[in-house]
Formats: sequence, C-alpha cells, structure tokens
Amino acid sequence: MNALGQAALWSLVVVPAVAGALLALARRAERMAVPASLAVATVSVVLSVVAAAARPSVSVPFLAGARFGLTVDGLAAVVLPMLTVVTLLVLLAAAGEVHHSRARFHGLMLLFAAAVALTATAATLPTLLFAWEIMGAASYALIGFWWRDDDRVSAGLTAFLTTRGADLGLYVATGAALAGGAGLALVDLPATSAGWRHLVAAGIIVAALGKAAQLPVSFWLSRAMAGPSSVSALLHSAAMVAMGGYLLLRVQPLLAATSWAGPATMWVGAVTALLLGAVALAQHDLKQLLAASTSAQLGFVVLAAGAGAVTGGVAHLVAHAATKALLFLAAGAWLTALGTKQLAGLRGVVARWRLVGWSASVGALALAGIPPLSLWATKDVILTQALDQSPWLYAVGLAASALSAAYAGKVLVIIWRRVPANKQSDVDAHRNGEQKGSGRMSRLEQAPLVLLAVGAGYAGLLTLPPLGTTVAAAVGRPGEVHTSVLELAVSGAIALAVVVTVARRPVPQPRWALRWLGLENAAHVLVVRPTQRCAEALARFDDRVLDRTVTGLAGVLLRLAQQVGPFDDRVLDRAVELAATSTVHAAGRAGRVDDRWLDGAVEAFAAGMRRLGQLARRPQSGQLHQYYRQAVVVLVIGVVVLVVWG
Amino acid sequence: MLSVIVFLPLAAAVALVAVPRLGDTPARWAWVAVSAVDLALVAVLWVRYDTPPAGGLDSSQQVPWIPGVNSSYHVGVDGLSLPLVAMTAVIFLACAVYALRERHRPRGQAALFLFLQSVSLGVFVAADLILFFVFFDLSIVGMFFVIAGWGHGNQAHSALKFFLYTFLGSLALLAGFIGLYVAADPHTFDMPQLVAATPLAGRPLAGGLVLAAILLGLAVKTPTVPFHTWLPPAHTDAPAVGSAVLAGVLLKMGTYGFVRIGMPMLPQAWRAWAWVIITVGVVSVIYGALVALAQSNLKRMVAYTSVNHMGYIVLAVGVAGLAANDTAQARTVAVSGAVTQMVSHGLITAALFLLAGVLRERAGTYDVHEYGGLAAAAPAFATLFAVGAFASLGLPAFSGFIAEFQIFTGSIAAAPATAVALLGILITAALFLRALQRVFTGEIRGKSVGFADLRAGERWSIGPLLLLSLLIGVLPRPLLDVIEPAAQTVIGLLGR
Repeated sequence: MNALGQAALWSLVVVPAVAGALLALARRAERMAVPASLAVATVSVVLSVVAAAARPSVSVPFLAGARFGLTVDGLAAVVLPMLTVVTLLVLLAAAGEVHHSRARFHGLMLLFAAAVALTATAATLPTLLFAWEIMGAASYALIGFWWRDDDRVSAGLTAFLTTRGADLGLYVATGAALAGGAGLALVDLPATSAGWRHLVAAGIIVAALGKAAQLPVSFWLSRAMAGPSSVSALLHSAAMVAMGGYLLLRVQPLLAATSWAGPATMWVGAVTALLLGAVALAQHDLKQLLAASTSAQLGFVVLAAGAGAVTGGVAHLVAHAATKALLFLAAGAWLTALGTKQLAGLRGVVARWRLVGWSASVGALALAGIPPLSLWATKDVILTQALDQSPWLYAVGLAASALSAAYAGKVLVIIWRRVPANKQSDVDAHRNGEQKGSGRMSRLEQAPLVLLAVGAGYAGLLTLPPLGTTVAAAVGRPGEVHTSVLELAVSGAIALAVVVTVARRPVPQPRWALRWLGLENAAHVLVVRPTQRCAEALARFDDRVLDRTVTGLAGVLLRLAQQVGPFDDRVLDRAVELAATSTVHAAGRAGRVDDRWLDGAVEAFAAGMRRLGQLARRPQSGQLHQYYRQAVVVLVIGVVVLVVWG
Repeated sequence: MLSVIVFLPLAAAVALVAVPRLGDTPARWAWVAVSAVDLALVAVLWVRYDTPPAGGLDSSQQVPWIPGVNSSYHVGVDGLSLPLVAMTAVIFLACAVYALRERHRPRGQAALFLFLQSVSLGVFVAADLILFFVFFDLSIVGMFFVIAGWGHGNQAHSALKFFLYTFLGSLALLAGFIGLYVAADPHTFDMPQLVAATPLAGRPLAGGLVLAAILLGLAVKTPTVPFHTWLPPAHTDAPAVGSAVLAGVLLKMGTYGFVRIGMPMLPQAWRAWAWVIITVGVVSVIYGALVALAQSNLKRMVAYTSVNHMGYIVLAVGVAGLAANDTAQARTVAVSGAVTQMVSHGLITAALFLLAGVLRERAGTYDVHEYGGLAAAAPAFATLFAVGAFASLGLPAFSGFIAEFQIFTGSIAAAPATAVALLGILITAALFLRALQRVFTGEIRGKSVGFADLRAGERWSIGPLLLLSLLIGVLPRPLLDVIEPAAQTVIGLLGR
C-alpha cells in the first residue's frame, strides 16, 4: 500500500507535468489535446484519492542540506482530491470557451495542475518555492492566453510581478531557515532558533498573502479576470489563490510559535474579508464581483490560520473552491453564450438556461451563507474560534459575512428577477458587448456545473459531525470543531435577513470601492513609476557619465600621448642625439688617448716583457756545466732556507 | 586526455587555415565535427572524473615549461573547472551549428572560433598562473578579431574598446600574479603550490594590494559595476555567435578567477575585503537590472542582465569570505550556487544572444519597438524566446533557479542584509516579460510582418542549450555532486 501510495504521489506531479509540457510545446496536437488532457486529469483524480488514503511521503536529494520532499499530511489529504476533481471539471467545461490553441491551453492547465499538486504536498521549503513560482508562471501564461490582446498580456504581467514580489518572502524565509539550524522541512520550522524564526514567519506570511490576493496587493486578482473564465474557475477559486491560504494553514504551528504572527495574519484576513466584501458589492461586472469575493472569502481562511482554526479553515477552503469554481464557470458560460459579463446584461438569465441558472443559484446561496449550504457551516466554525481570540475580530468577521450575503444576494436577484417587456431592450444592449456571443450552451459545458453545485451544497459536512471529527483528527486537531448552535442560528438568520433585504430594496453600491480601493493606482504611483524613472536615470548615468568617463580617460591618455609626442621629438630625441654626438666626441677623444697613452703603455709593457724573456733565455745555454752550477746554487739556497726556518 | 581536449580545436584551426582551396561548406562542417568530437571527449572526461582530494586536481598533467621562474605546463580539473569545461564545449558546438548558414568568410570564422575554443578551455584547465594568463589574453585577442571581423554597426570602435579595456584589466591581473610569485617561497607560478603556501598571509597591506590588483583585473572581465561599460557596445556590435561566446564563456573567466585564484590563494585578504566584494556584487545586481529595464535594444538589454547575473556570483563569493564558522554550511551553499550560476548563465544567455541574432538577421534591428505580435509569424521563435526569458529570470525547473536559490539562501543565511539583492530577480522578471510582450504579443505589426520562423540550424543550436538548462533545473544532482565538494574545499581554504 505504501509503495503504491508513493508511486501515486510521484505520478500525481510527474504525469501532468510531462503531459502538460509536451502538449504546450507540441505543434500539431490540436486534435488529441482535449482527450489526452482529460485522460490525464481523470488519472490524477484516481491518483489523488490513492495518495490521500495512503498518506505517503517521498523525497530525493536536491540541494546541499535540503531534500526535494513531498508528503501527504492530513491537510493535503483533504485538499488534494478537491484540487484534482475541480481541475477535471474545469477542463471538461472549457470545451465551450476555448476553441483555438487547445493544445497550448490544456498543456498549460496541466502544468499548472502539476505545480499545484506539488505545492499542496511540498514537505520542504525548496520544494514549495519550486512549485510556488511555476504556479505563478503558469498563471501568467494562462491569464495572457489570448495574447493578441495586449491588455490581457499586461494583466498577466501585473499578476505575475505582484505575486513574484511577494514570493521574495519565501526566498528570505528559506535563507533564514537555513541559518536557523532546524532544517528546511516545513514541519521543523517552529523549531528554528528564536531570532531567525521571526524572519521565517514574516517571509512565509508575505508570500502567502500575495498569492491569496489579500490586502494590500489584492488588485492583481482584478486584472487577472482578463483571462479565460475557465482559468479563473481553477486558478482564482480552487487552486492558486487558495494555495496562499492553504500555506498559512500548513504553517500554523510556526505562526503560533511567534507572538505576533498569528494576530497579524488574522487581522489582515479579517480586514480583507470586510473591505473586499465591500468592493464586491460595488462591482457591475460579474467576474470582478466574483474576484473580489474570492479575496474576501480567502480572508476568512487567512483569519482561520491566524486564529488557529485549522479545521474550519481547510473546510472553508474546500467549500469555497467548489462554490467559486461553479460561479466562475457559470459566468464563463454566460459570457460565451451572450457575449457579456456585465450584471446589467445578465438580468433574468436563469430563465434561458435553467440548468446553469439553478446551479449558479445554489452557488450564490452558498456564498451568501444561507443554511444549510456549505459556507454557512464552515464560516461559523472560523467565527466561533475568532470570538475566542477577540470580540472585535468576531464583529469584523460577522460584518464581512453579512457583506457576502449582500453581494451574493445581489447576483441572485439579478439573474432571477424577470425583466419587464419594456426594459428588455436595455438588457439586450449589453449583448455581445465584450465579445461575440455564440448564443448556445452545450450539455458538456453544463454537466460539470451540476457536480460542483452538489459540492457547494454539501461541503459543509466537512465541519459537522461525524465527518467533521474525522477531518479534525486528520489535520491533527482532534476535538477542534465546536460550533455553537447559537452561532449557527445567528449567522444563518443574518444571511437570510440580508438576502431578503437585498431582494426588496436597491443595494448600496459604495463608489469608493468600485476601483478596488485604488490600490493598483497606488502601486503604480508608489512603486512602478519610481522604478522606471530610476531605471531611466541610471541608464542615462551609465551612458553619459560612466561610459564617458572611461572614454574621457582614454581621451586624456591620447592627449597626453599627443603632448608626449612633441616632448619626445624636442626633448627626448634631442637629448638622445646630443648624447650620441657627445658620445662620438668622447669616443674620438678616447681614441686619441688610446693611441697616445694606452697603446703606448701596452707597447712599453710588451717591450719590457720581451727584455725579461731575453734575460730568461740566457741561462738556457745548452752547456751541461752551467746547468750543474745553477742546480748547486738552488740547492744551497734551499738548504739555507731549511736551516734558517726549519 | 585533457591536453587533447584543449589542443584538438587549435590543431583543427591550424589545419583549416593551412589546407589550401578548402570549400566553405566543408569548413563549416569541419567546425561542427571538431566541436562535437571535443564535446564527446569532455563527456568521457566527466564520466571518468573522480573528485580529487582537497586542493588536488583530477586528470592532471605537468611538463616543465619555463623552469627559470618555476612555471610549468600544468593542467587539471576539479569541481570548479569541470562544469565550466563542459559548458564551454557545449556552447561552442551550439555556435558551430548556428553558424552553418554563415555567408561571410566561414572558413576564417571556423578557424577563429576553434582557436577561441582552445584558449577558453585552456583558461579553465590551467593550473599555472602564467599558463592561465597566456590563455586569458589570447581569448581577448581572439574575441577582438571576432567582433572586428564579423561584427556590424560600429564594430571597429566596439572591438577596440573591448580589447583595450579588458587587456588593461589583464595587466592588472598580471601585476597581481607577479606579486604572488614574488611573495611565495620558493618563488613559483604553480597554482596548487601557491594555494598550499598562501603567500602574503599575515601581511595585510601587501596582501590587500595584490588582491586589489587581481580583483580589478577580474572585475573588468566579469564585468562588475563600474567596469562594465565595454560590455554593451561589444555585445551590440558583435555577431550572434560572438556574443554567445563572449557572454557564455569569456565572462566566466572573470568569475572563475575569483574561486580559483583570489579566494584560495589570498584567504586572509579576501576575508578582510569581503564586504567590499559583497557591496560591488549587490550594486551590480540592482544596477544591472535597472539599467537593463530602461533599454529598448534587446541585445543591450540582455547584455545588462549579464551584469546583473554576474552580480549574483560576486555577491556569493563575497559572502563566502564572511568568517564565522557557524555559517560554513550557508557559505558553502552560496559558493556552490555561484559555480552553478556560471554554468547556468552560460547556457541561458548564449541561447538568448543566439535568439537575438535571429532578429537582426531577419529584420536588421534589435529595437523592440519595431516589432509586435511576432508570435503569429514565428511561433517556434516565440516559444524558445519565452522559455529562454523565463529561464533567465530564474524560474524553477530551469538551471537559473538552482543557482540563484542557492546563492540567495546561502547569502541571506550568512548576512541577512544581502536580501536586498532579491529585488534583482523581480526587476529581471519585469524586463524580460515586458520585452516578451512588446516583441511577440499583440497585433502583428512593424518588422514582424513576413518574419520567417526559426530554421533547423537555429532550432538545433538554441533548443539543446535550453533543454540542458531544463535538465539541470529538474535534476541538479549530477552537476551539484561535482560542484559541492569543490565548494566545500574553497570554504575550507578560505578559513585558513
């Protein structure tokens, strides 16, 4: 079983990655792209179930001191099947929306799915960062999928750069963890030495908040809506954005191990839930509304992670994934059929396509927190634990959930309320406003929505006994799930009341929230433009100052050389010539001296030597008696010497 | 074996020049064949490689050369040089394949590049300072002729600037080498002996001066801010294959010098100057990225990203000098990342320069504003450029991530202030994706109309470079198993 589980875990990442890369790069795979990708997605569902049941861990050596490790812990076991199922359903539904470059689309989606599976199961920081950034890049390519439109590619760029800016936190966290000495495994992070622990926590929080589109960087999610709706259904509901919240849930022990990280996280989540709820309420565009709502709902998950409500957080994550994937797919189906995603153009749309309309209504009701649907139950688990932390936090959370009832109610009212005959032309004016509507919707596109609606309806069971206790035990928090009946009743009543009110009176639409609190403009003014100015100034400096200094130095050398030239001619050369002539003069004089004195001396020496030679020749007469006489003299001298010194 | 690898291309170059009436096509294919054989020999070298003991060299060979100054023909490889030798052989083969369609004096080009390949390999295997210096300077001479002879635009000026600047730098390097020779007892130019002897230990002033001379010489070659201004014009006016070799191979001679000469031979001075080196590295990272962001000439942009990428290496080798024993592991990771980055940057940037060459070859300009929607006309070109851009901005699954991740984690763990260099990878992401968007997406316009997609030779030269980067990015162990022991050795030597 364990070997099977390990094989399943590796395959869960490797199979979609390889298939995705091949499809994305293949040039003639249009025909087989959809069947191949659906087959891989189906296999992934099976693999994820096997992996969730077996809970395997695998790892291989990667970098010095850090392994490439994957593990299916309790959280991953809950989330993995959700991820693969949503992926499969979204790929099924995409058939109606994506007609061209299917191989590239499905390839990128599978690559993304592989990265998400790796993110969800990453056991060490390097593994996590590896998957995390690939997820971002795939998201860039998918948001800018229709690359002939410049603004869609720009939207991808904004999303990628914003999230990558936050990702830098993970690099810092890894460095700090390496220095902290407890190792790079996620489960070991709370044991990091005290000083470094803060840096690790801060880095991870920044990265997670960026991915989860929390304040202050939630604006990238608004831009990301330029991508295909099926991309939003996967990336901006169930997978990428959700992974931000998921990471915080996974490192909750680390957050708890520092004094500040838990409270900071939960307040960011709560404030995002509140403010982005208001933003959602203000939108006129269905996808923008859903995107803002995603930020807000992820705010609850982030709040849960900060407050230590891991079970509630993961249940909310799963329930929200089903709900929001459903709603994005519905928005995409309407956009494809009608050519608009403006709320004003979607009035009374339920009457036209009932299956989609009913499914979307289930999703909207769940989003509103109406009992007994999923988000009602999951949100209340989180809010109950928030009340333990602080009443103010609870109050903010309650207000945020009232806001979600309001914007979900707004959608419900629009898609259900019958349009009077004399107003029908106003609605029709929006048709084909954004793209050419096909006017049709196939069964294949509608079927996944029904399945997701079932998920949106029943995922709340994850927090209620008996399933709730199992989940709580699985994520290592047995007994954590306790929702008071009072809490459930209060929040259900509030949600109902808000929806009823919205149905009867016009909804307030806060104008200040329409442009997502102006955060993108702020980022442009505060970060993007100064960086560009600085870059241009430095480029000018490089050309005009640095390069010219070097060229100038070379010029100075040249001028110096030119001045050295005359000096060379006038002074050095003359000096050399002068030296030469004086040398010749000196040589001449020396020659004369040589002739007169030196040569004379040499000759005198030679003559002397000649005379000495003649003297020396004298004793050698050839006469024997003379030799004897000389020998006797030498002998006598020798004897005398011996006697005197001997 | 090693000598055969080094001198085989040179012999082929001589043969190419000497054989009379050789046609252009045989010359082009001879170049490809010799480079391929050389790469095969390097592969054999890699397979037979055994990690040498600390301070030793594998496959080493020593023959007396100038006995008067204790200089010998001494070559060998270790974990620092073997990856660079392999990368050099790969890049030259890619260039040979890319140049199969060269029309301008192909025989001379083949001979010149084979000569360059020999001297480049020579630099990385040299275990003697004089030998190193000779190869180092010959590489400058070779590249001068490549730019001047096959370049475009203002090539004569750029080539001269490149030559004078880097040659002057090499003179500073020579001064440093002589300083090491004089200080060593007995006097020698042999690298392993100098490493073992650590001349100038305990003489901070002299050690600092010698290190300064060496660093200056290497900083010009690397290049780091503020000695980089020869690089953009040289790249802009060089032919595509020349740029690929210049950025891929020649720049590494500078960074290789840090780990091969500066750190192990002058450990005390290196530690004393560590923060200066770190600062230069961080400034190069940020400055190079920002200036690249402001460029509209694609080739100049890639050239400035080289300053940025080399900055990471300088940062890492600087951090390695922060002496504190409890950070030895982190500093080893940083050095290992630096060597990985040398290989990674070589592969990726060579691919990007070859891709940029396609732009000029087809449409005559590197200006990104002249293009738009090019992906419609040239999908394969767009795909490869996108892959190259993501690889260069350090996306995981490519070698750049393996390198930069190690550099950052090691550096931040040893000195948290260096985290500011992280902004570099954000700015590079912005500039690459912006360029990608300008040139390839949107409605087709300008020079994109009628742009022919990549030909087989271009695909088969650029594709393998990026594929190799992908392989290293996904399966880094075979490379890191070679590099890591060497990085540990360097950190050990620095601790003396």
